[in-house]
Amino acid sequence: MTSVSLPTRFERPNAVAFLGYALGLTLVFWCLGGAGFSIEKMVSAPPRFADFVDRAFPPNTDPKTLARLGWKMVETLQIAVAGAVIGVILSVPIALIAARGLVAGLWVNQITRNILGFVRAVPDIAWALVFVVAVGLGPFAGMLAIAVDTIGFCGRFFADDMEATDKGPAESLTATGARKLDVVACATIPAAMPAFVSTSLYALEKAVRSSTILGLVGAGGIGIELKVGFDLFDYPTAMSVILMIAVVVIAIEQLSGWTRTKIIGEQR
Amino acid sequence: MFPPVSAVDIEVQDITKSFGSTAVFKDVSFRLARGEAVALVGANGTGKSTLLRCVMGLLPVTGGQVILLGKNATAAKSKALRDLRARIGLVSQKHNLVPRLSVLSNVCHGLLGRSPSIRHWGHPVAPKTSREAAMHALEKVGLADFATRRADRLSGGQSQRVAIARAIVGKPEILIADEPCASLDPSAGEDIMDLFFELARGEGVTVVFTSHNIEHALRYGDRVLGLAGGSMRLDATAASLSASDLRGLYD
Repeated sequence: MTSVSLPTRFERPNAVAFLGYALGLTLVFWCLGGAGFSIEKMVSAPPRFADFVDRAFPPNTDPKTLARLGWKMVETLQIAVAGAVIGVILSVPIALIAARGLVAGLWVNQITRNILGFVRAVPDIAWALVFVVAVGLGPFAGMLAIAVDTIGFCGRFFADDMEATDKGPAESLTATGARKLDVVACATIPAAMPAFVSTSLYALEKAVRSSTILGLVGAGGIGIELKVGFDLFDYPTAMSVILMIAVVVIAIEQLSGWTRTKIIGEQR
Repeated sequence: MFPPVSAVDIEVQDITKSFGSTAVFKDVSFRLARGEAVALVGANGTGKSTLLRCVMGLLPVTGGQVILLGKNATAAKSKALRDLRARIGLVSQKHNLVPRLSVLSNVCHGLLGRSPSIRHWGHPVAPKTSREAAMHALEKVGLADFATRRADRLSGGQSQRVAIARAIVGKPEILIADEPCASLDPSAGEDIMDLFFELARGEGVTVVFTSHNIEHALRYGDRVLGLAGGSMRLDATAASLSASDLRGLYD
């Protein structure tokens, strides 16, 4: 018993580790500096925020305004749903090309995946700006932005989902002499379907969140009301918009979660 | 000295298979006459499944060649290889049905090789003759009543029967079975073997099957091939062998 020595609670870091910690800490402070972190502003913020809340409450409940905002919200959802559906549909063929070992060669897979990576790297609001230039102001530009954003997301994850499916059925169908495309359509896609549904529902949730701010750059939806509210210091209306967005986004997430369990059930 | 070419369905000539620098088997040769049933036995990891995959061209061989139904499968390009595979049925240990699709759709998939078409993607779009052929195949395995059931809602034995129906629906000339009853309990396994060989013998189909069950190998095979240590150690008629001869392969 006496020969057993307790290990120390903490080990002294070696020189390299110590240097690493120091570097990490320096990096964080450098970033805080770059981000304009200011104690003074932190202290003065709560009263100003309270002032904003004071001016924004109660939210605007004028029936006419609410009706207008409501219709804008409907337009927002239309943009989100239309964009997400088009994006999901177009993602399937793109994912087929991006998935390794399915129909296309390794080079094609890699190039497609890189393109999808680029599409994802560009923020949705930037896509909206591009499409506003291309097709003019309005919801159509927003819908295109959502569709492209969805392709970047679903194209990649659909491809991953298909790569992760059980290869057994695909091999058995290959053994019947079926063509590659037939094998993919009959074995790989049905096996990946639950994952597709789940990914698509996430894409829809993401689309709804994105679509609420596209209006900031004139790409349709309720975002424009938020911008106008703040620009005109009409904080009660802006607050109504924020609450409305929160309610709708949360509702869509709940609905999507419920649909997911309904369709996929326990066997994911 | 050899039987005429047309009567040999599978001729494997000195095939070698390696993954990287690891050789699975080397210079394996055998030939199967039409209508013959051959059991391929050997311990785990001796490459029985790999050998069957090489025979069907699902895996490329490292050396040697495979002649299927009088055609060189090793040299065959994709279309020719698909045409050859369409004349062969495969039943595997894991059944490999497509879950979430109906039993009938799964059986219709067996026709994808014979007539590649979007109409064999599932029974709702399949031509009437194909659906009839699929129902007929299901009837042979005793599962006609399960046609519209989802494939992942079947018991292991039922599921393997459907896999057999899928393998025979295209009227293959060769049937390959990779441990067809390994995932089933002994009684269901016997049923599957009886059914499989009843169908195969009835149609005069050439059969290759692997099994860990020595008794099955001797009972259902006309001939037994034994794989051990990367080469073919045994090639004899089942009648001339006893169970103890086969046990030696597992040492």
